[in-house]
Amino acid sequence: MAKITFIDHDGTKRDVEADNGLSVMEAAVNNMVPGIDADCGGACACATCHVYVDDAWMGKTGEISDMEETMLDFAEDRRENSRLSCQIKISDDLDGLVVTTPESQH
Amino acid sequence: MTAETQPEVIVIVGAGHGAGQCAASLRQEGFEGKIVLIGEEPYLPYQRPPLSKKFLSGELTIERVYFKPADFYATAEVDVRLNTRVTEIDRAAKEVVTTDGTRVAYDKLILTTGSRVRELKAPGAGLKGIHYLRTIDDVEGLKTDFHAGKRMVIVGAGYVGLEVAAVALKHGLEVTVLEMEPRVLARVTSPEVSQFFHDVHTEAGVNILYGHAVTEFKGDGHLQEAVLSNGSTMQADIALIGIGILPNVELAEAAGIACHNGIQVDEVCRTSDPDIFAAGDCTEHPNPIYGRRIRLESVHNALEQAKTAAAAALGKEKPYAQVPWFWSDQYDLKLQMAGLNQGYDEVVLRGDPKSRKFAAFYLKDGVLIAVDAINAAPEYMIGRKLIGEKARVAPERLRDINVNMKEVADS
Ligand SMILES: Cc1cc2nc3c(=O)[nH]c(=O)nc-3n(C[C@H](O)[C@H](O)[C@H](O)COP(=O)(O)OP(=O)(O)OC[C@H]3O[C@@H](n4cnc5c(N)ncnc54)[C@H](O)[C@@H]3O)c2cc1C
Ligand code: FES
Repeated sequence: MAKITFIDHDGTKRDVEADNGLSVMEAAVNNMVPGIDADCGGACACATCHVYVDDAWMGKTGEISDMEETMLDFAEDRRENSRLSCQIKISDDLDGLVVTTPESQH
Repeated sequence: MTAETQPEVIVIVGAGHGAGQCAASLRQEGFEGKIVLIGEEPYLPYQRPPLSKKFLSGELTIERVYFKPADFYATAEVDVRLNTRVTEIDRAAKEVVTTDGTRVAYDKLILTTGSRVRELKAPGAGLKGIHYLRTIDDVEGLKTDFHAGKRMVIVGAGYVGLEVAAVALKHGLEVTVLEMEPRVLARVTSPEVSQFFHDVHTEAGVNILYGHAVTEFKGDGHLQEAVLSNGSTMQADIALIGIGILPNVELAEAAGIACHNGIQVDEVCRTSDPDIFAAGDCTEHPNPIYGRRIRLESVHNALEQAKTAAAAALGKEKPYAQVPWFWSDQYDLKLQMAGLNQGYDEVVLRGDPKSRKFAAFYLKDGVLIAVDAINAAPEYMIGRKLIGEKARVAPERLRDINVNMKEVADS
């Protein structure tokens, strides 16, 4: 179980609780967090679940696969701390995670 | 929109991907009236793509295939009626009629009836062990026969058939795929890409037989043997039929709504009845990028049309103009396809298929119309953008892997 905070591009914060093993994308969809469409449902095929991970957490969100890396590379407004939220698996280590959704997804 | 035309009740028929999105979009658009969502399956709207992938392989539980959690419908105040089939649209009374005779009044009606599997008509097709794959229940049925060591015959080498072949092989089944055409994925891709998938599957251990159809299934209650069109027979314990789908248009058709290869809609998903809209697999719709009417079988289309239909039902015109796209997972391969390649006059390969990372670009009169990308996200992402722009691209630049895809776009 982890608490995750989603911040909108305009600063609105939403805290959600999610079970270990789910993805951060699923935590967002299950709690109706706007800004994460997740068209492909987590298949790493659409890049509509792009988030910016708070710098303090970047190291804990796990490896970025080649596929995710290249998808991100061509996503709108990619930054150093960009991730596809469907590829971040929730664990106790991520309790307190903070991510921001990009403006382009709103 | 003026107050007097604001609808009070919107009914959504069908409870698939498109329906779930419609309900969500209606609320996002600010609709405060009543939403009734009626579906014949016993499940809340769910995602079908995992059915032939991670749900079949057991990597995903049922909760994780739902489109939205149950809470969503309560919070959004959507009146969900499952296990309920709509049997008639009474356009004069503006009501739909369900199986038990209940009449539900609507101001606006959105049809997301999707599609159903095409059935194989052959003697013995009703034997146990013969399966289709469209619904959660289909997968549950398939799983009862899906065991290591079983001999499986897959009829039809489309996406669903090939995805199941990959999962089945991993589970230790012996897999034979029968295809009438001379290549796999014949309906959707080029011979070059078909060849690649043929090689991948045969190297993995799938036996693919071309030019074959099943004329009869034999068995004593349970499938034991398939008879092929050339008269030969094949031992089989389990069969999966994946020979395509048919759009569910009958409900609309019976109500006198224009249908032809799908429920006919305009660019805002309106049918021939201005109070009735349709979205997803069941529609034939205009696509401005290709300048023709098309019917699609994809999640992206269902989601985007649902957004358009929801807006239109509230009097807002948000014309649907999207580059179609689709994905498929087989083994370690992610196939992403954008655009429609029908009518291409040149195919350009970028990268070596042997490296399991390449793309096929399709051009027509020098304009990029489609791309199939295998483990090649840049080619897919940039390709999709260029297709939307109807961009002319130089084949020699596309072909040259030393030219970055971003630079291809700029040329
Ligand atoms: C195994 C499989 C794998 C797939 N993989 C992919 C993929 O990887 N990528 C991709 O983009 N697409 C994929 N697709 C296609 C995608 O799932 C469909 O395009 C999508 O589900 C279409 O959504 P829809 O809402 O239009 O219709 P559907 O999902 O078909 O939903 C329609 C619903 O309406 C119900 N219904 C119909 N008539 C009535 C009635 N009269 N009354 C009440 N209910 C009714 C049906 O029972 C059904 O539940 C796959 C499909 C399958 C089957
Ligand atoms: S949900 Fe599609 S890439 Fe994450």
